[in-house]
Amino acid sequence: MNKTMATTINLTLKVWRQKDRNTPGRFEIYCADHIDTDMSFLEMLDVVNEKLIKEGKEPIAFDHDCREGICGLCGAMVNGQAHGPLRDTTLCQLHMRHFQNNATLVIEPWRSRAFPVIKDLVVDRSAFDRIAMAGGFISIKTGSAPEAHTLLVSKSKSDMAMDAAACIACAACVAACPNGSAMLYTAAKAGHLNLLPQGQPEKDQRTLSLVQQMDREGFGHCSNIYECEAACPKGISVTNITRLNRDYFLASRSREQKV
Amino acid sequence: MPLNSKVPEGPLPEKWTRHRLHLKLVNPANKRKFTILVVGTGLAGSSAAASLSELGYQVKVFCIQDSPRRAHSIAAQGGINAAKNYPNDGDSVERLFYDTIKGGDFRSREANVYRLAEVSNSIIDQCVAQGVPFAREYSGYLDNRSFGGAQVSRTFYARGQTGQQLLLGAYHALMKEAAKKTLELFPRREMLDLVVIDKAARGIIVRNLMTGQLESYAGDAVVLATGGYGNVFYLSTNAKACNVTAIWRAHKRGAFFANPCFTQIHPTCIPVHGDYQSKLTLMSESLRNDGRVWIPKNKGDHRPPAEIPESDRDYFLERKYPSFGNLVPRDIASRNAKEQCDKGKGVGTTGLAVYLDFADAIKRVGASVMEEKYGNLFAMYEKITGADPYQVPMMIYPAVHYTMGGLWVDYNLMSNLSGLFVIGEANFSDHGANRLGASALMQGLADGYFILPCTIGDYLAGISPGAFSPTHLEFKACENEARERLSKLLSIKGKRTVDEIHRQLGMLLWDKCGMTRHERRLNEALQKIPQIREEFWNNVNVVGTNEELNQSLEKAGRVADYLEFAEILVKDALHRTESAGGHFREECQTAEGEARRDDEHFSYVAAWEYRGAGQAEELHREPLEFEFAKPSARSYQ
Repeated sequence: MNKTMATTINLTLKVWRQKDRNTPGRFEIYCADHIDTDMSFLEMLDVVNEKLIKEGKEPIAFDHDCREGICGLCGAMVNGQAHGPLRDTTLCQLHMRHFQNNATLVIEPWRSRAFPVIKDLVVDRSAFDRIAMAGGFISIKTGSAPEAHTLLVSKSKSDMAMDAAACIACAACVAACPNGSAMLYTAAKAGHLNLLPQGQPEKDQRTLSLVQQMDREGFGHCSNIYECEAACPKGISVTNITRLNRDYFLASRSREQKV
Repeated sequence: MPLNSKVPEGPLPEKWTRHRLHLKLVNPANKRKFTILVVGTGLAGSSAAASLSELGYQVKVFCIQDSPRRAHSIAAQGGINAAKNYPNDGDSVERLFYDTIKGGDFRSREANVYRLAEVSNSIIDQCVAQGVPFAREYSGYLDNRSFGGAQVSRTFYARGQTGQQLLLGAYHALMKEAAKKTLELFPRREMLDLVVIDKAARGIIVRNLMTGQLESYAGDAVVLATGGYGNVFYLSTNAKACNVTAIWRAHKRGAFFANPCFTQIHPTCIPVHGDYQSKLTLMSESLRNDGRVWIPKNKGDHRPPAEIPESDRDYFLERKYPSFGNLVPRDIASRNAKEQCDKGKGVGTTGLAVYLDFADAIKRVGASVMEEKYGNLFAMYEKITGADPYQVPMMIYPAVHYTMGGLWVDYNLMSNLSGLFVIGEANFSDHGANRLGASALMQGLADGYFILPCTIGDYLAGISPGAFSPTHLEFKACENEARERLSKLLSIKGKRTVDEIHRQLGMLLWDKCGMTRHERRLNEALQKIPQIREEFWNNVNVVGTNEELNQSLEKAGRVADYLEFAEILVKDALHRTESAGGHFREECQTAEGEARRDDEHFSYVAAWEYRGAGQAEELHREPLEFEFAKPSARSYQ
């Protein structure tokens, strides 16, 4: 494909390389030259990797799949910021036009006790699945649903649930949090289901189970720093955290009353 | 071998109901004795696995990503069709059926498509009950919008993230079952082979992508829900890990591959911008509800779009197809965009783009209503291109998106191999030669929630559970074959990267077997593919070892399979000397340049049988019979 006016920049990358979970990692320095500013961040890494392979060296391992900001697989710290400098943007949707020529980029995996490094920038986020397994669902069996319009949902409630459900479980919130807390992810999961009328019967149990599992996984506590919201590529609001705290309080109280 | 589609007798609207009555059942207490392996966790795989576990079967679920929620269904934007007729605009099961079969250019099985339309309403009920936050009106009722190929509003949506929300619904159902321990999850596993013993699927070989270890799993039935093969073209709207390997391996073990040449090119994608491009991004078809497609009337008109007056614009879809306008089906919209660009009227730096303009809609309803409907799509467009679609028209161009072809299945969704079920995009069954927008989500969930859970019992009721274990010799043999192949890939140590060769194959296919096809170019492709394959096996460089996370090795295995599969894709396109849906043969068009179908000779499903390395594949034909929807010329004018 011919392009008339390609703008290119040269970058220095300091990338975290780690063979596996048990081997200590270190930073390696790579030159990324003639990077077209229309490239995405991951395409820039592709170019660096192609060069490494040509030199017979191991490419940088990083998780990625859809490359359109929805699967939630990609993510890395870029100069200390989860998913890089642009707000509301996953790493795959970050384009190189947002970087200066001759800049140095420090690229690290998500850092959290609950997310062991598998290799280089790839981490194990299975803790998120286990949180979902603890109660991130509405127990409806296939086939038993009533006609959809027997249940009305106010537009505002539905929109708020959708705002929470937009979470892609990338874990940038955990990576950005100084405490390594998974509160925003957990609150988004709870918020989505607790806001809807369909979610009411299991609301208390869901809330307690989600929080209990989150604590078990070794995430830190939330101390309302709100770095999570700033780092979230989907703009999930910390209002969800407030709501989860409230739901948790109510659920705990109702459990105490039952006891 | 004659293909038995097992379509039940009786009038079309009664077939599914009658069939269910005749299916054998497995006693509830016996269900737990059966193990079902489900590969893939998109809409079809997740919904099937969860529903089967609810029924009481032991289910093992495998996915390539770190979590089942990442499967590429998550990227579907626009919506899901159903025949609810909430808008009271004349919709019905019959109309959804007819639109879908006509949209598929009369190359799908009538009974399957009817059943799809029939269960569509239950899907919406199911999803609402799961908490899928579909768009609603202020009254609290569900909202609908229109999509290509239909004149009614039957598409349910959740902003521009319908696939994500439906997949989360299915993922939640999956997690609910996983918590109960009847369902076991195996993430970061890639299926490398199907184990067939006595002509029946008995298990799979997977590679643990974290450790490189090969693992064998035995099951009483195997369900493949591994998606389509669009990435054979290298550039497509598919996620990077989408691949043909699972279904190709199954094909090499005996499963027939049907209609591989039916590939869908989506008209509204962000144009290619450079050689380094790793994938293409789709802009939802729903945008064509409010966006108008146009190009400058005169070749070489390089004025900025805002400076081109109405009189110098050609709204070519509205001009050529007045009754459907911008909402013609995908294949027609794509071909017309290509045709205009081939005439030199394309826009943008490459000339390979047309405008999709929202100025009129913004004027009509205001920017805030547009933001409500399409906000995330507009934002995504701006992120990628740096241009703001509220101010300037989008530039779009067609890209490979979906593959209608796939493994051949009968009415029960079972392949010609006993015990091998194929659902979702991985099978061929419901979309014929072209899929309508918002029908992929419908089919994935129909197969997974409502069809497979009924039909699989009929097979299981006839076999005894747990007949084979992974210690069987055939498992060991398959495992060894997979291991040898991996070692071979690692031992070549040539000069070219996997991606380079994949790109080369992709460009060849896009050029020779893409939006339009011609005998001469298809033959050229058939000459070239074996050369690229040889180059791959002699000169590829896969670094690292097997016993670790090795993304180069993963890609290499997939590209090796594309290099074999590409040949049957092209051969199928070559043999089908008619134009149907996404398959447009330049030799077969009307004087007006529209597709010319040949019902007399090609009203059949082409099912290809693998006959061994170096042997020509054998073609089996399943004739298509239409009792209800009489094939007509597919006019959208």
